[in-house]
Amino acid sequence: MARLDRMPEDERKHILALPCPAFDSAPWVNSQPLTNIRIALITTAGLHRRGDVPFGVGAADYRVIPAGIPANELVMSHISTNFDRSGFQQDWNVVFPLDRLRELAEEKIIGSVAGYHYSFMGATDPVKMERAARGLAGILKNDRVDAVLLVPV
Amino acid sequence: MGALSHYLEEEGLATTQISLVREHTEHIKPPRALWVPFGLGRPFGPPNDASFQTRVVVSALKLLEAAEGPVLVDFPDDEPESASQNTPVVCPVNFASAIAEMTTIDLVLEAFKSEAANMNGWYEIALSIRGRTTAGVSCLSLNEIVGFFASFISGARDTCPITGVTIASGIRMAAEDLKAIYCEGLTAQPGEVGDSTAIANWFWGETVAAQVINAIREICLGLPANDFQLLGKLLLVPRNQLHRFQ
Repeated sequence: MARLDRMPEDERKHILALPCPAFDSAPWVNSQPLTNIRIALITTAGLHRRGDVPFGVGAADYRVIPAGIPANELVMSHISTNFDRSGFQQDWNVVFPLDRLRELAEEKIIGSVAGYHYSFMGATDPVKMERAARGLAGILKNDRVDAVLLVPV
Repeated sequence: MGALSHYLEEEGLATTQISLVREHTEHIKPPRALWVPFGLGRPFGPPNDASFQTRVVVSALKLLEAAEGPVLVDFPDDEPESASQNTPVVCPVNFASAIAEMTTIDLVLEAFKSEAANMNGWYEIALSIRGRTTAGVSCLSLNEIVGFFASFISGARDTCPITGVTIASGIRMAAEDLKAIYCEGLTAQPGEVGDSTAIANWFWGETVAAQVINAIREICLGLPANDFQLLGKLLLVPRNQLHRFQ
């Protein structure tokens, strides 16, 4: 489980030793009500389109996932072997809840779902992803995205 | 994850996130985070439970309506209990007895071929039921993966059957595809599907495929190149399963 108190000692130590930056500032962007906003997903699960370049050791870039991607076209090449993949294998929404977001948009609980979503690969030190992430912000705004749901794995 | 949130928010986008390791999130202090008590790899809980997943998604999105932050909220529920939770997975194909009888690597590889052929049948059934597979990152068929691994164990170190990647990267991708084929096949079999722990314990404790991956791990640890060392130390066998091979 992701609760450290339920993990074996070695696993707990390893997770606590992972790179974990601290920041001096605390940025905050006010959001409109959920019913008005367009939402994109960004995962660090190392997901990408089948045939896209797999993630490798140290990868700090991202892959683009079109909202209309067929389920059989989404694969995972995260380099870590230390998390469960069997949930994703049975149901992609365990990691990438695109179907759930679509349902929320149909029920008008959220405004809309972005045309494109994105994946990084979380085994890389997140500080190395800064440049790619800041560049991605401009692309998200061009897609009229108001808010992002970020999902680790 | 919290760092990405920080960068995006600085660029003017509102963010909310799932937190799997609360201690990390407390340290990074992203603007909005929902901590969930689920296992690594399952940020929205169990598969095929849309209503539960929706509750998690909505709980994370609701944080966007907070007036100020940082906000770190705990999701109140564990994954729903299932009848199969933490109970052993029973696979109709019994591989464990074969492992105990094996004394040479040739016998292991022979058993691996036989086991893979059995699992491939279930994998094809899984593919027809779900209409999707997560295998295929290596672009190798199951037979090609078996051949690749047998060749590596037998001493071949000069060619990777996957275009454009090193042998070490190829082994890693092929190992993940192999596990995907086995686990997708297992979870398509009749009866209750075990939870993540039960599935992992089945693969690493009861299959010849796991013995083969471990044999490759041990070979990698004896090779001087950094990519093989990394592969052997970290990227083939999960830390919480290594005890089986020590």
